[in-house]
Amino acid sequence: MTLKFENAYVKDTDVIVGKLEKEGPLKHYFDKYYEDGYCGSKTWEQAESKMAFETINNLVERNKVDLLFGGDLLNQITASSFAASKVNIPFLGIYNACATSTEGILLASSLVDKKIVNNVLVNVTSHNNAAEKQFRYPVEYGGPKPNSATFTVTGSAGIVITNKKTDIKIDAATIGEVVDYGIKDAYQMGAVMAPACAKTIYNHLKALNRDLSYYDLVLSGDLGECGKRILKELMKKEYKINLKNYNDCGTMIYNIKTQSVYSGGSGPACAPLVTYTYILEEMKKKNLKKVLIVATGALLSTTTVNQHETIPAIAHAISLEAI
Amino acid sequence: MIKQEYKTLVKKNLPKENRLRNSFVAFFIGGLMGVLAQLLTDLYSYLFEITVTQATTFAIVTLIFLGCLLTGLGFFDKMVHFARAGLIIPIAGFAHSMMSATLEYKKEGLVTGIGANMFKLAGTVIVYGVVSAFFFGLLNYIIFGG
Repeated sequence: MTLKFENAYVKDTDVIVGKLEKEGPLKHYFDKYYEDGYCGSKTWEQAESKMAFETINNLVERNKVDLLFGGDLLNQITASSFAASKVNIPFLGIYNACATSTEGILLASSLVDKKIVNNVLVNVTSHNNAAEKQFRYPVEYGGPKPNSATFTVTGSAGIVITNKKTDIKIDAATIGEVVDYGIKDAYQMGAVMAPACAKTIYNHLKALNRDLSYYDLVLSGDLGECGKRILKELMKKEYKINLKNYNDCGTMIYNIKTQSVYSGGSGPACAPLVTYTYILEEMKKKNLKKVLIVATGALLSTTTVNQHETIPAIAHAISLEAI
Repeated sequence: MIKQEYKTLVKKNLPKENRLRNSFVAFFIGGLMGVLAQLLTDLYSYLFEITVTQATTFAIVTLIFLGCLLTGLGFFDKMVHFARAGLIIPIAGFAHSMMSATLEYKKEGLVTGIGANMFKLAGTVIVYGVVSAFFFGLLNYIIFGG
């Protein structure tokens, strides 16, 4: 399903990251960061919640916000709920794993476009250590992983969507379908999510009758190096689309060669941390005019993986335009 | 695209694992751990004038202590990242698996945190260690008469 918006714009963004992201290629875009993984809190979970609160609070202080969407990877999205409990704004918790950011933006855009509300804040967060603890091994165990694994980014990213004109327009959004190609290995997230990403890109282009060359850049959320290769080949074979002007946020946020992050970054905050900083900055400078962001999410739980279920995936696309 | 076809596509694009390097490192480091344990056994046996069996126990306790200490100081996970099975399989790695789980869950209380989660990783080793010890003991009894 593809939605076209007439009155949805990006008003403001705010991001905060961890140490490894600050040491990555986009370090100049990340002003606020925490050297310490605990962010001055007692637990990983509190640290994630603290980062979420900080971006939400910064945006609330700078903008009038009517409604807050929030999501993260922790069980029952507690990082977002705790952060939301500290601001007095109506809150809707959302979850589509690492596709939560674009899910939130398309929901927010739908609401502001029809002038149901005027300003909506969408905040997503993830924390490497909190995710490791929940999905994999204890942090201090440091269990070895295959090179196809991805590395959850630490950070929080918020965006305010408004219906008053700004220089970045949210032009359209495509709501993805859940796709399951039978991959069971949680260390192959790129392979799990690539089919969902391919399908959403194809559906988006078809619904709007656009060619891939319409976009200056197509960005997937967190497929990683290995997922990128799979997506390119899959697009060519399945949809006869030659994926050019394409990159993946997971491979942009870290230096894959020098930083020990396996195939690249992942997590709900991965796509927005790159989009809200580097991409929006380039769009404001008019170096990029039309960008398609396709955040991808793997819809698994530790229980379903242990029960040897396959991993379904989803991808939602947002089309941004510099005006 | 059918699922089987996709699996082939995925397999082709997966990054290569350097199994030769990993095996060599694990073999070398694992061997070094053995040498260290032997040195400790000889040392204890010489210093305290005890039997080799008793000295072995002391050596194991020392390695467990060192494993836990290095986990607590935050070094062991980085060492595991490098040495992999070379450090996970020996006894210090077993202690490390318990210690890392303990550190991870200490904020969740003594009973619901540490108590319930300490054997999160090590539990499997204990269960199958006991089960296999039973069967090998049984085989030993049947074949060699105990």
